Amino acid sequence: MREMPAANPIIFDSSKCIGCNRCMEICQVDIFLPNPEKGKHPIVAYPGECWYCGCCVMECPVEDAIKLRHPLMNRVHWIDKKLLMKQDNE
Amino acid sequence: MYDYKWPYPLEYDKEEIINADVLVLGGGIAGCMAAIAAARAGQKVVLVEKGATKRSGAGGSGCDHWESAATNPCSKVTPEELTQAMLHDNEGFNNGISHYIECREGYDRLLDIEKMGGKIRDTEDEFVGAEFRDDETKLMFAYDYENRFTLRIWGTTFKPAMYKELKRLGVNIVDRVMVTSLLTEGGAQGARCVGATGIHTRTGKFYIFNAKSSIMCMSRPARVWLFSPELPGLCEFRPPQCIGDGHAMGWRAGAEFNMMEKSVPAEFSASGRSYPPYGAGNNHNTWYAASIIDSRGKEIPYADRDGNILEDVKDRFRPAKGQKFFMKGGGIDFPKYEIEGPETLPFSKMIEEGYKLPFYADLTKLPEEERKVIWGMMVGEEGKTKVPIYGNYTKAGFDPSKHVLQCYGTGWTSASFLPQERQLFGLPGGFFNDWTLSTNIEGLYAAGDALYASDCYGHAAATGYYAGRHAAKYAAVNELKKWDIQQIEEEKNRVYAPLKNDPDMSIGWKELNMAIAKTMQNYCGEVKYDDLLKVGLSRLKEYEEKIVPQTFAYNPHELTRLLEVFDILTVSQIIIEASLARKISMKPLYFKRGDSIEDESSKDKLIVIRQSNGKAVTREVAVDYFGDLKENYEKYNQDYIRGDR
Repeated sequence: MREMPAANPIIFDSSKCIGCNRCMEICQVDIFLPNPEKGKHPIVAYPGECWYCGCCVMECPVEDAIKLRHPLMNRVHWIDKKLLMKQDNE
Repeated sequence: MYDYKWPYPLEYDKEEIINADVLVLGGGIAGCMAAIAAARAGQKVVLVEKGATKRSGAGGSGCDHWESAATNPCSKVTPEELTQAMLHDNEGFNNGISHYIECREGYDRLLDIEKMGGKIRDTEDEFVGAEFRDDETKLMFAYDYENRFTLRIWGTTFKPAMYKELKRLGVNIVDRVMVTSLLTEGGAQGARCVGATGIHTRTGKFYIFNAKSSIMCMSRPARVWLFSPELPGLCEFRPPQCIGDGHAMGWRAGAEFNMMEKSVPAEFSASGRSYPPYGAGNNHNTWYAASIIDSRGKEIPYADRDGNILEDVKDRFRPAKGQKFFMKGGGIDFPKYEIEGPETLPFSKMIEEGYKLPFYADLTKLPEEERKVIWGMMVGEEGKTKVPIYGNYTKAGFDPSKHVLQCYGTGWTSASFLPQERQLFGLPGGFFNDWTLSTNIEGLYAAGDALYASDCYGHAAATGYYAGRHAAKYAAVNELKKWDIQQIEEEKNRVYAPLKNDPDMSIGWKELNMAIAKTMQNYCGEVKYDDLLKVGLSRLKEYEEKIVPQTFAYNPHELTRLLEVFDILTVSQIIIEASLARKISMKPLYFKRGDSIEDESSKDKLIVIRQSNGKAVTREVAVDYFGDLKENYEKYNQDYIRGDR
């Protein structure tokens, strides 16, 4: 049985990840564990402990193999300023 | 996860002994710079870090500005002026020694870091001609463009550069080891520090570090009032494993602490209470001086300290008429008139005048170089911004020349907390120090966030290096003393005890942390009362005596988290003890008593506190105990001034 976590900070792209574990070795919180299947991306064992610093992505040698994703509640909003001005005129 | 076997070897029964001249505890900015200084002084150095030194600590992922670089060639203020302003701003309740070191040596450390490979200048000439850039040195400044003592820097390059330098100097870096206790001569509380113990966070192996001198470079305490079991990583501003272990082990060893009764209303980063730092609309710090508009696009005016409206964007970076310089940044929350800089008009006034919520940060109308330096350099180089803010927002289509970013809450912190939720922030309490950054424990030095009234990157780097020099000097003339075997055995029993309990009956680290946080909110919240503090203290003691023995951890990772919570429990007790000792309300300490007595005699005194035989012992020290800054600095640092190695 599994349970969905309160947040899913790290999204791996299995087709791009080369399984080098550099993300795991750089994480100061140590949220990853090595995958039992060699060559596969690490497992995010402690997603709740992620500090969202992005060092795993900074260390990753492959573009877009890892995505860091803020929890939904922390995703912010922006708007085209022109639209803001237009809204006011309506 | 349940069917997944722990992937590392379990080595709870193994032990490793490592000797050093100088032992550095913590591999953040302060720790790295301390180790570099001690190694350059010819000492054999061991650095122990719970995470991965290359990116560990609060500043591991980056930093966008370096404060108080008063000795940089463009600065128009002196280290003395700047430190005096910091002291005055807190009515003396600030660390005169450590901030003078920051002001006096901070720029030296920047030059050092540049030599190691960090980027401190606009070498690519991206900002040629900008008002905040000195075209001769290519240094770039923030906030006060006339006085030029805060530098904009490319901090994402700094930690890896320091890491490389540590390796080049032959420092023995021991990553993934949590230091759990300080070793003292004969195992006696208050005696000379002879090293430390630790456990490996992946294997559980026990470590004994034996050294002539040690430097405490760990973080300030955290998760004392704020905790979320679902998202513990987002409870505080600092990284989740930085919770003040150093304060707790220092207390157990008999070290003196200062200003531990100070806590501020929570401002940053608790799960659910705030939006990502630097990632929401605001006009402070990294985002200074963004324009703020209301939701009809009407701009909130900036005004100087006298209330004069500043029409020109350029005036946001100039002191007011008759003002020598202004200060912004880390330790400056509610500045005194003397150093108060330009600010948007207060939120409440804007609402009164009919400005429409929500507000937005608007870079669209700023001069291009100001927009580019905020979005792309500052947001990008500041910690936790390169990937999650600059990278992700850009990928999602955010364009700072078109879009405006929403502000949340009523202030600039993009957060909204309850009054009983507090934090050790804004120059919090910590180890009490002398002019060599030595603690009262012989052979134990402190730097960075471990010190009382610490704040930013430059402070951490400058005090780290300084403590490294002085600890090296001590190590050069003192013998290595052996540790006490009984102290080791007691520590082993303490750290491994939770493994022996029955998981079905026990309490885990999150449950205990939650209970501590609730206790602190309830008994040591916004307003302090003797009666409540005493009950709170007895609750914490109950946890220590009855609950700690009932805890359990499944693996070394969880054991690390649990030992951290034991440390949070210790720190909470220090805070209550210090609060009990402070009998009157004190504004500069954000300390409010509901039962303040009519006695002003301790108004200008620091309450210095330590543990002795299980009891808290306090003494009062004058806030200006460090004497004349320049004179004393020069007395203790002639060799550095001369340029000796």
